[in-house]
Amino acid sequence: MIDYNKYLNRSITGVKPSGIRKFFDIANEMDDVISLSIGEPDFQTPWHIRDEGIRSLEKGKTWYSPNRGFSALLEEITKYYERRFGVTYSPSTQTIVTVGGSEAIDLAMRCMVSPGDEVIIPQPSFVCYEPLAVMAGGTPVIINTKNEDNFRLKASDLEAAITPKTKLLVLPFPNNPTGAIMEKRDLEEIAEVIIKHDLIVLSDEIYSELTYGGRDHVSIASVDGMYERTIVINGFSKSYAMTGWRLGYALGPAEIIAQMTKLHQYGIMSAPTTAQYAAIEALKNGDRDVNRMRDEYDMRRRLVVDGFNEMGLTCFEPLGAFYVFPCIKSTGLSSEEFCTRLIMEKKVAVVPGSAFGQCGNDFVRVSYSYSLKHLKTALEKIREFVKELKDENNG
Amino acid sequence: MDKLLQLLGTNSQFSTAEIAAMLGEPEDYIAAQIKEYEKEGIIKGYQAVVNWEQVNDSRHVEALIELKVAPKKETGFDDMAEMCMAFDEVESVYLMAGVYDFALIVKGETMQDIAMFVAKKLSTIDGVLSTGTHFILRRYKDRGMKLFSSENSADERSFIL
Repeated sequence: MIDYNKYLNRSITGVKPSGIRKFFDIANEMDDVISLSIGEPDFQTPWHIRDEGIRSLEKGKTWYSPNRGFSALLEEITKYYERRFGVTYSPSTQTIVTVGGSEAIDLAMRCMVSPGDEVIIPQPSFVCYEPLAVMAGGTPVIINTKNEDNFRLKASDLEAAITPKTKLLVLPFPNNPTGAIMEKRDLEEIAEVIIKHDLIVLSDEIYSELTYGGRDHVSIASVDGMYERTIVINGFSKSYAMTGWRLGYALGPAEIIAQMTKLHQYGIMSAPTTAQYAAIEALKNGDRDVNRMRDEYDMRRRLVVDGFNEMGLTCFEPLGAFYVFPCIKSTGLSSEEFCTRLIMEKKVAVVPGSAFGQCGNDFVRVSYSYSLKHLKTALEKIREFVKELKDENNG
Repeated sequence: MDKLLQLLGTNSQFSTAEIAAMLGEPEDYIAAQIKEYEKEGIIKGYQAVVNWEQVNDSRHVEALIELKVAPKKETGFDDMAEMCMAFDEVESVYLMAGVYDFALIVKGETMQDIAMFVAKKLSTIDGVLSTGTHFILRRYKDRGMKLFSSENSADERSFIL
């Protein structure tokens, strides 16, 4: 028998598997689970976008693309960022197309972080930042955002987390799992601290098209003095319902993008060709689809928030992404207990908030990327569950 | 507020409380608005979309009938439409642009029923110049709903991260 441990890299084996994963394994084993746990659009990619992908295949466009992506796509991406968020980038030096936003996050971390560098990560947040920072050799420093702040990152908390070793701040808004957003004035306060301490921001804006209540996403790159200190991550998965195409991008200072390109070119070569042709169509003619999907998500969001508040699991109004993050503290259960019992007793799957950071322990993540009918059924089951818990606690 | 109509147009089964939550409006306002639409006749009624093919031994046949007619000087096509609408067998009456004037959806228990209805009742109306009968063999999609699809409707999304 070979002991593979002696061959494996200890900095990788030491990384814990995702907490969501463990929970999904339970859900996978069961039949007829009513899931509210999936973090991707339920919509199919709009047909005209799929059609462009198909056409490119019909025409036999099956070769590698240039390392940074097709120039037509790079141009559309920069036009889009200028049009939507008022930030201008050079398609030829400041833009790179990647395999999903996640690859771009990984590239940015590995290009920026040297051993001993501290990476500040606000939590609750998507599960990849902490392990990627560790695997890049960095030391994650966690900031717990709070329910009473609507899970926004406070400048004072950021200030308190900074040490001489701090290099990078991950800014994950609109946020998965809380649905929190950062508005212009919030970003301006953050920017002041960033500039004062001479840091760089990795702004993960993958949910930038999914904000509600008339609050358009603001990129921190558009805040004074931040353009030269920001690496923007975005992609096509959430805005155009293109998760399976695996296409994202990064925008930022040419010097950083050049290093990311080097890494990308050796490790990945280039992003999928077919997906890039489809993405050009998405950026050129996809605004209507984005608006249609956003309107639909917005209705679901209101229905679900209202449902949870009504059953006594209070939840602040999430203004972004497609998650609500109700507080389950009143049930007396931890988020893992709550989720395990909910799936065992009612076959409804939601994700424990603790999967997104220890500070998420009083919360659960509920995805509303499901049909209204499905959401209604699931809410009904959760309502029953909460009522039974209450009776149990009183009895 | 056509968002309300859009919502009811795709699913009339939501309670006013749920609709109010979804649209971010007070519940009594939504209730009043729906009443108003019903009174004005903007909302005509609420029906289930039935997939008859799935009902065991259902006797339900539908056909699309094209009619060419001679419009009247005074009332144009309206009189003819009124006459067609009067039959219980006629589900829908549409005035069309193109090679014929009216499209009717006619229902019956058998094809024979429909054929005889067209021959005896429709083609004999004064002003009807010709008819064409097209039986509906299968309804794949009706009023925005997929009734027959080889596509798997189950959620195919994977549990990842």
